[in-house]
Amino acid sequence: MLLEFKDIDTYYGDLHVLKKVNYAIEEGEIVSLLGGNACGKSTTMKTIMGVVRPVRGTVIFDGKPIEKLPTAERVKRGIAPVLEARRLFPRMTVFENLEMGAYLRARGPEFDEDLERVYSLFPRVKERRNQIAGTLSGGEQQMVAMGRALMARPRLLCMDEPSMGLSPIFVEQVFDIIQQINKQGTTIFMVEQNANMALQIAHRAYVLQTGQVVLSGNAADLRRDPMIREAYLGEMQVPVT
Amino acid sequence: MTFSSLLLQQTINGLSLGAMYALLALGFTLIYGILELINFAHFNVFMIGSFVALWVLQGFGLSGQAIVLTGLPLVGVLVAAFAVTMGGCGLLGVAIERVTLRPLRNVTGPAAMITTIGVSYILFNIVLLITSAQTMNFPNPLPPLQWNVGGAVVTLQELLIWGVAPILMLGLWAFVQKSRLGKAMRATAQDPEAARMMGVEVDKVVMTAFFLGSALAGAGGMIFGLYYNFTSFLIGFTAGLRAFTAAVLGGIGNVPGAMVGGILIGLIEAYSGQFIATEWADVIIFSILVLVLVFRPSGLFGRVAPTKS
Repeated sequence: MLLEFKDIDTYYGDLHVLKKVNYAIEEGEIVSLLGGNACGKSTTMKTIMGVVRPVRGTVIFDGKPIEKLPTAERVKRGIAPVLEARRLFPRMTVFENLEMGAYLRARGPEFDEDLERVYSLFPRVKERRNQIAGTLSGGEQQMVAMGRALMARPRLLCMDEPSMGLSPIFVEQVFDIIQQINKQGTTIFMVEQNANMALQIAHRAYVLQTGQVVLSGNAADLRRDPMIREAYLGEMQVPVT
Repeated sequence: MTFSSLLLQQTINGLSLGAMYALLALGFTLIYGILELINFAHFNVFMIGSFVALWVLQGFGLSGQAIVLTGLPLVGVLVAAFAVTMGGCGLLGVAIERVTLRPLRNVTGPAAMITTIGVSYILFNIVLLITSAQTMNFPNPLPPLQWNVGGAVVTLQELLIWGVAPILMLGLWAFVQKSRLGKAMRATAQDPEAARMMGVEVDKVVMTAFFLGSALAGAGGMIFGLYYNFTSFLIGFTAGLRAFTAAVLGGIGNVPGAMVGGILIGLIEAYSGQFIATEWADVIIFSILVLVLVFRPSGLFGRVAPTKS
């Protein structure tokens, strides 16, 4: 197991957001987390990154508990986020954003290697490297956000809504690239509203509802699940009369 | 004196004052940029800077205008005095943050700002007690050289200020733009949570901002002493308020804005003192501030619209 949640309870003040949640993600997988608004998906991501601390339960990364570690230490151990709504540093250049992704790593051949990798995955990012990040289009910003996360050379990439607000063409590109990144050896845990696309590229998925895991399994099986089809794939079941 | 030579003279004076205000304004802007906190303790860190410089110069055996140094000893004494003053004030700023502000980091509302006012008064009163409320003669080791330029007079002090202030500001600019920690500062100012998730330790960034801002205030304090040849526990308030105005005028949180704002305030003060009346200088400064804020609420260099995400 690369990442495990064991009976995680997370609160925002009095609000009980995650309720005894369990996840288990194997190295090399793409795992998708589905669910409606305010079900705890983003809180899951923040709990992994250590921006939100669980009240009970254990988060295990690479065999060691990490729930008490500061965010920087988690990044050092190989967890990198692609944040919801991109969250680039808007007044820094594209290149500086990529540098921030590698903040905890030394400059050197490894850095250059990763930069080349990002540029070959996203030729547009290379073209725009000296542009101010806030002036890019949404799709370009998403590419920079993914590139920035890759600059940390992560073992686990936590993506929060990578397709949000993108045009359909970009959505497909983004999902293509997620698969490529995964094939190059990075494990991916992905929160996604676009369940249709997510289930096409994911190996497995969890379905979260009001803070509880209500369903989990192989992506292929979930695609056929009637509840998933109705609730997340937009297929109404016509009642037989 | 003709009008043009008066104008030139006041420009010279204004640039000197402006350099001092700019150094001081940078501290407000750096800390505001990262914590969205107006640090009123900054006023009196500046004041303490002038006293640290005074004590260092006295430590070199200087007092008043009696002893004049030249050549290498002069450069050595000045560099040492600036270094100790800036280092000392930087550490004072870090201590203020660590002791009084970090415990309030996650408290919303004006608590932290009010705390900085309290700290400001504590510093003020400590110096009041130490100096028995006396105005102190500031040692001036510079030879009394001056030059006539187009009917106006430029002193060696002014040349020194024009040399030191830009070097410090360029240094700060390069640090913020190019260094790893400087980039972390900018990233934190733009999106603290995202910066944290890149692995930036926010405490370190905040400490750096306080150190740099306070060190610049210390340099400003020493410049004040060299320029006016005196210092007192009272100097923090007026200079601090004008420098704060400069930061707001330039667009608080914006580093080049603080520099330009400082120079503008210095020039306005000098011109209005000459052509209207010294008593009116503050009225004019703050009227201009009000006007700028009415028409450009985010200041001259501030961001008008939020950048799209």
